[in-house]
Amino acid sequence: MKYNDIILQTVTKFISFLIFLFAVYIFFNGHQEPGGGFIGGLMTSAALVLLLLAFDMETVRRALPIDYKIMTAVGLVFAVGTGVGSFFFSAPFLSQTFGYFHFPVLGELELTTTLAFDLGVYLVVIGTAMTIIQTIGEDK
Amino acid sequence: MFTILHLAIIAPFLAAVLVPLLYKFIPRIHTGWFVLIIPIILFSYFLSYLPDVSGTGSVMKTFEWIPSLGVNYIAYVDGLGLLFALLITGIGALVVLYSIYYLDKHKEQLNNFYTYLLLFMGAMLGLTLSDNLIVLYTFWEITSISSFLLISYWYTKEKSRYGALKSLLITVMGGFALLVGFVLIASVTGTYSIRGILDASDQLADSPLFLPAMLLILLGAFTKSAQFPFHIWLPDAMEAPTPVSAYLHSATMVKAGIYLVARMTPLFAVSAYWFWLVTGFGLLTLIWGSLSAIRQTDLKGILAYSTVSQLGMILSMLGAGAAALHYDSVDNNAYTLAVAAAVFHLINHATYKGSLFMMVGIIDHETGTRDIRRLGGLMTLMPISFTIAVIGGFSMAGLPPFNGFLSKEMFFMSMVEITHFPQYGAESIGILLPIVAWTASVFTFVYCMMIVFRTFTGKIQKEKLPAKPHEAPFGMLLSPLILVALVVFIGFFPNTLVPAIIEPAMASIMPELAQTGSFGVDIYFWHGFTPELFMTIGVVLLGTGIFLALQKWNKMHAVFPENRLFNQAYNRSLEGLDRSSHALMSWHMTGLVRDYFIYIFSFTVVLLLFSLFGTGAFTIDVENMVPVSPYEAILSLVLVGSSLILMFTRSRLKAVISLGVLGYTVALFFVLFRAPDLALTQLTIETVSVTLFLLCFYHFPQIFDALKETKFHTANFVISVAVGLTVTLIGLSASGTRLFPAISDYFLENSYKEAGGNNVVNVILVDFRGFDTLLEILVLGIASLGVYSLIKLRLAGGENK
Repeated sequence: MKYNDIILQTVTKFISFLIFLFAVYIFFNGHQEPGGGFIGGLMTSAALVLLLLAFDMETVRRALPIDYKIMTAVGLVFAVGTGVGSFFFSAPFLSQTFGYFHFPVLGELELTTTLAFDLGVYLVVIGTAMTIIQTIGEDK
Repeated sequence: MFTILHLAIIAPFLAAVLVPLLYKFIPRIHTGWFVLIIPIILFSYFLSYLPDVSGTGSVMKTFEWIPSLGVNYIAYVDGLGLLFALLITGIGALVVLYSIYYLDKHKEQLNNFYTYLLLFMGAMLGLTLSDNLIVLYTFWEITSISSFLLISYWYTKEKSRYGALKSLLITVMGGFALLVGFVLIASVTGTYSIRGILDASDQLADSPLFLPAMLLILLGAFTKSAQFPFHIWLPDAMEAPTPVSAYLHSATMVKAGIYLVARMTPLFAVSAYWFWLVTGFGLLTLIWGSLSAIRQTDLKGILAYSTVSQLGMILSMLGAGAAALHYDSVDNNAYTLAVAAAVFHLINHATYKGSLFMMVGIIDHETGTRDIRRLGGLMTLMPISFTIAVIGGFSMAGLPPFNGFLSKEMFFMSMVEITHFPQYGAESIGILLPIVAWTASVFTFVYCMMIVFRTFTGKIQKEKLPAKPHEAPFGMLLSPLILVALVVFIGFFPNTLVPAIIEPAMASIMPELAQTGSFGVDIYFWHGFTPELFMTIGVVLLGTGIFLALQKWNKMHAVFPENRLFNQAYNRSLEGLDRSSHALMSWHMTGLVRDYFIYIFSFTVVLLLFSLFGTGAFTIDVENMVPVSPYEAILSLVLVGSSLILMFTRSRLKAVISLGVLGYTVALFFVLFRAPDLALTQLTIETVSVTLFLLCFYHFPQIFDALKETKFHTANFVISVAVGLTVTLIGLSASGTRLFPAISDYFLENSYKEAGGNNVVNVILVDFRGFDTLLEILVLGIASLGVYSLIKLRLAGGENK
């Protein structure tokens, strides 16, 4: 079946991009304001789901050839890795730290190791949500 | 601090990770060559500890693992630990070298083999070099699991799987007992550190938990060391590849139980129970094993039972050695000899049994069979293997000039000596000890002669052999040759081992006595015309007679078929367990989600209501409650309304939408209660899950048609109302009761200070309680894999099942 959903498709192209950008913003800002890996990840998946709804599965897959199962695994490795990393500084598992650094153009920024951990969470959330939605969606 | 010593202990684990990569990317070189490096480096590393542990010395390095629970990884090297470390790495290196020739790199899954083997090696090192009981227990179980994997290495064979499962069930059962025993000890002494527990041994001796703890720990040790009647797993474990049998089932893993008994001797040896249990079971296993061994026709079967019996022998010496601790000093204390004999025999057994196993592996490899009824006359064809067999076998039989002779003489001596011990009734029933020991030695002699002569002398029956027999390649012979060289060397120069290895090990087994002076162990061949010498001569004479008359014995076996009492008990209990659990499962596991909900909800209601009213926790405090705002009232109405629609609607679309409304309303509640993070999460979750629902819409079964015919169930109604009521009551009384100060202040105060974040929720998620999050995303990942495999596997043809 083919639907004539030109409006949905056109709008989706813009909206999903905006949602994605917002998700990234929310992800990076999570340490100070509402947001973080969980929400950012869910929001990104929402953008992807919107794409899936507006276009068919094949088109999206061609545009974004990502294996979400691997994404989940990579996310887990990131999260565990930040935990293991603290061993190199003789600190207990999953110790986090932060500091302030000066960057050209951007000015002074806070950097924290939790960001890497959060990135793991972000990836796992997207990976999980998309794996489930894709598998169920494909199952006819 | 994490030191090189810690690194050395976990090095095999680290290497185990690399093995599959090496196997995959460098397939041209046998993976064993890479693996061989590890035990060789470790062996030379541990050799450097020899000066540190001489006398009563020890090395202790602490790495704080879970300091808040008192679980620290304390690497502790003393005489006993070092002895084991050297055995594990030394024999390990030889076994790996041997396995390179034994396992074909084209036909075998070497990656599995060496990964398991390294896991096992690391676990054994950790077990013997740890001061913490919990750490010890962890490694103990890893040895069980890795040996399970190794025994079932040829997992396509039914017997391999059976043997692996048997060994796992029996040793893990003992392992649980061990854990309980450890916890009991720690509950009395207040520490998990072995050092600390030994310091508080008087405290334990007065405690009523002394005997239970001792019995549980002995159960663990006996199952691991294959003591009677738990020995039944060891012969079945012989389904493993021969290098594994040589390594795990003769030189190392089965000796973990002996290690534990030796380690616990200073703690429990004050008790008569310990003395009789350890000595008694040891001797019982010794004679049972040697009697069973002569019934076997499989060479590996003989060796398996001989290991069982030799382990019993070592254990009985340790038990007898407990008597030594009843004296204040080493002077005039003859019973330390039993401990020296135990340690010495431990080493000897590893050398000759290792070489014999490898020799049998060679026979199996080059002739295709291990059945002594088919073998014979291989002496001229395989002269080097024959030499190995003669030296190993004669050493095991206790013949001069090999090391087995020396330790067996010491064994006899200590068994004779123990009858003079003035306590525990050793003077009266104790006379049984040397008699049993002597009788068992006769049969030991017989089966050793069987191994040597039935295989290598007589007439060769080439038509019965699956392969054309020829001598093994040199590489395969190298390891057993090194071991028999050790057998001879230790036989001639036993005293080189004494100050470096035997006395430090004795010092760890008898730490208090070690303070009073040197043990003065002196091992020599000629010790005059003592009772022991005559006992040995008797063993040789009677043993030779029995060996020559063995054909007649075989007829007796036909009259009394092999005793399978304990194997049958094991099999029966497994079957019984299977049947009864199946019955139990089919009774309550109906496969209907509705039934499971009924169980879950009724249990929840009963438990919660009981704890709410049974403990008087139910209070309603209206004072703390905030007046309800109009927004909240409206949202509550929407919430109730949408859930009512959800319950009574007959349309799928309405159901999905009202579920969405429910979720969004909850999100609005979060907004009202000023929880933006939760609100955001809830909103996006709701969006994604409604989409998910729409996607699976297609697959919804026609439940709504079925619902039309559903009758009203009073029981369901009662349960639903009860659940609702319970949750409400708990909510009410929870808001009125506050037993502890809220933790939120701590987080608010510290989230910026400690973690540099203003968003407390996020800081808690990723930092303060990062472990929770880590496990949660793990659960997420597993869930997605679950969904994936459920659906994909069904598509891949599982539909009809």
